Amino acid sequence: MRHFLLIIFIGIISWSCTDSDDPVDASDGFDRQAMLINWADNIIIPAYDAYNLSLAELSNSTNSFTENPSLETLTSLRSNWEVAYTSWQTVSMFEIGKAEELTLRDFTNVYPTNTGNIDNAISSGSYNLTLPSTRSQQGFPAINYLIHGLGTDQEIVDLYTSSESHKTYLNDLVNRLATLTGEVLADWQGDYRQTFVDRDGSDASSSVNKLINDFMFYYEKALRAGKVGIPAGIFSNTSLPDRIESLHQPELSKSLLQVALTSAENFFNGVHFDDNDQGMSLSEYLDFVNAISEGETLSRLINQQFESAQSAINGLDGNLMLQVETDNTSMLKAYDELQKNVVLMKVDMFQALNIKVDFVDADGD
Amino acid sequence: MSFVNSSYFNETTKAAPLAAFRIFFGFMMLISIIRFWSYGWIDKLYIQPRFFFSYYGFEFVKPLGSFTYIIFAICGLAALAVALGFKYRLAIITFFLSFTYIELMDKTTYLNHYYFISLLSFLMIFLPAHAYFSIDAKHNQNLSYQYIPKWNIDSIKVLLIIVYFYAGLAKLNSDWLLHAMPLRIWLPSNYDLPLLGDFLQKTWVIYLFSWSGAIYDLTIPFLLLYKRTRIVAFVLVVIFHVLTRVLFPIGMFPYIMIVSALIFFDASVHEKILERIARLFKVSRKVFDNGKQLVWNPQIKKLTLSFLIFFFLVQVILPFRHIVYPGELFWTEEGYRFSWRVMLMEKAGYASFQVVDGVTGNKQTVDNSEFLTVFQEKQMATQPDFILEYAHFLKDTFETRGFSDVHVFIDSFVALNGRRSKRYIDPTVDLIKQSESFKHKNWILPFNDEIKGI
Repeated sequence: MRHFLLIIFIGIISWSCTDSDDPVDASDGFDRQAMLINWADNIIIPAYDAYNLSLAELSNSTNSFTENPSLETLTSLRSNWEVAYTSWQTVSMFEIGKAEELTLRDFTNVYPTNTGNIDNAISSGSYNLTLPSTRSQQGFPAINYLIHGLGTDQEIVDLYTSSESHKTYLNDLVNRLATLTGEVLADWQGDYRQTFVDRDGSDASSSVNKLINDFMFYYEKALRAGKVGIPAGIFSNTSLPDRIESLHQPELSKSLLQVALTSAENFFNGVHFDDNDQGMSLSEYLDFVNAISEGETLSRLINQQFESAQSAINGLDGNLMLQVETDNTSMLKAYDELQKNVVLMKVDMFQALNIKVDFVDADGD
Repeated sequence: MSFVNSSYFNETTKAAPLAAFRIFFGFMMLISIIRFWSYGWIDKLYIQPRFFFSYYGFEFVKPLGSFTYIIFAICGLAALAVALGFKYRLAIITFFLSFTYIELMDKTTYLNHYYFISLLSFLMIFLPAHAYFSIDAKHNQNLSYQYIPKWNIDSIKVLLIIVYFYAGLAKLNSDWLLHAMPLRIWLPSNYDLPLLGDFLQKTWVIYLFSWSGAIYDLTIPFLLLYKRTRIVAFVLVVIFHVLTRVLFPIGMFPYIMIVSALIFFDASVHEKILERIARLFKVSRKVFDNGKQLVWNPQIKKLTLSFLIFFFLVQVILPFRHIVYPGELFWTEEGYRFSWRVMLMEKAGYASFQVVDGVTGNKQTVDNSEFLTVFQEKQMATQPDFILEYAHFLKDTFETRGFSDVHVFIDSFVALNGRRSKRYIDPTVDLIKQSESFKHKNWILPFNDEIKGI
């Protein structure tokens, strides 16, 4: 019935309005599927692949360390942890499909980590890391605590030399990350890639709609608020320097933020993960729908704002905890710059691309 | 009130159209309730949220926790009783009250068509829709009439005419006609529809939709009214509403309007429809053809007619109330609701609140997701009365968290019909010092643009 009526209607309008085509708009429409293919094949899957490899390295060095705890193996473990944690920043925003089902982000990077629960779990030896209630005692922040937060380097080595239960817990955490990520990557390399690409429609469950919503949620909550706003005290009475990412290795916090922001910007511009080529992207899509405002294209405004946020962040200390404690004003400034892009993307971009936020009846008022 | 005795108000007609209307209406409402329930929307919209936005003056109407399901159950059962014509007056009053209660619980979900349902069911309270082909009429000869006053049926037509015509008038604005907004945003995103998808990318198609939509709304009630154009008009009604169903997420509304338009047809059509229904359920329609004519008690007739004329006068005037407010209607939304302004705006916003403790000077930005659902936050960000109510809620909440002398400020941006986002509310105004009223909210920043129109 639906299609039958459509055919009748098209018949009527084609008959009544032939040859009045506006040459400017005589396009075949934006190829959303090509954009989805670019996202899947050139950004998401390669990024997960790289992240998965970095976890394999982390796994190896964790084994070496627990089999033979020494300052040397500890250093190697720490550096692989840094690489993997940094690599995580390039995939965290893609919480769709299997990652969404597994709530990958919540099992990977909830901070601050609950050191009390970790200590209890290690001493009791009873814990089930698949339970949602254990999210704050696993993932990178928990590993961070276990490899940086248990004393001086020598004390840590000594602890792992003597304590089997510490070894087990550390290995379990690393394995858990590897297992979850392996599942997500396998799904992308299996059927999900096609499902994702085929869902090129426009309803709320289409891939474009879903991923843009996920991306926006990530940018707003995990990146803007989590990495900058919360430590800077935006959402609390006072600043909370101990809420930074990578608390037990605070020197890493700024570079994690930088990688996260660059990854978000690259996703917006469709930049391939492996090289710097550009494919179909949100930026291009915005140009296609011709979202021009105040003489500037919206894509350009958003990119300029990404740059402003980058430069505000570049000026921060590598240790964001120190930054908050000594000069929170600069941290607040970085937040403001990140915030401006929430408005440009969530208000202007969502409107221009007609992204639906939720499925309920609406008549547009 | 001598008009009450004028010849028009003494004309009679067959009761079948009103009976058919009652059955369709009740059935549609039952389906709507079931649909709403089955999507889990009762839980999602009325039980999960921590906070609900009230209509001014109706702050006492709130969801009742799990008992909210009972309101929906009552509403659904009342709809069924209306369709059957079983204890009709009680059923339609119950339906009107329960449905309207549901709509008043949270204005986040406001839709013009819900308002239409409330008005229509209210009107139906006064009409003898159970006089024919109903359980009431079958069991009680005193209620059974084959003929009823013509104005009983015409009053429903008047309501439909108002709805369509005002919806058409509202489309006579520069955004809709000259810029094809917001259809220019909405239509192209339906690119994945078979056949139609590619057409919807073209500018001329979008303008065609805008203009024909406006002309349709303005003319359709009159085309339905005149016998010679009625059939064509009904075909247009079906095409138009099926198209809107395909293109936009507007739920049951298109079907309700299609079925409602049947009221314009002659009684013979409804008799055929009722005959079909009668055969389907193996009941007799003939028993209702008793030749009896319903004559209203003169006093009640006079009172009812006077009241309904007042009711329609309000309907005619209310949509123009925005005239008394300064500023752009689409921007301030002062006088926007209850005016048949359907699908006129694509509005998106962002609102971030800062709560300040006046004693300690402590400041805190609110995470809206702590209190509001995604849908509520979206609606709140673009409507000043929502913003104000929420700000006062934040004050109360933060007082319980130890804040004193609370001030609430907002950082907000809104984009309207494809325009670049602009700051919406004066960020220097303490919203706690403002209170809700029918007065103009002078803390809404100016639109600095003009949308010409009625």
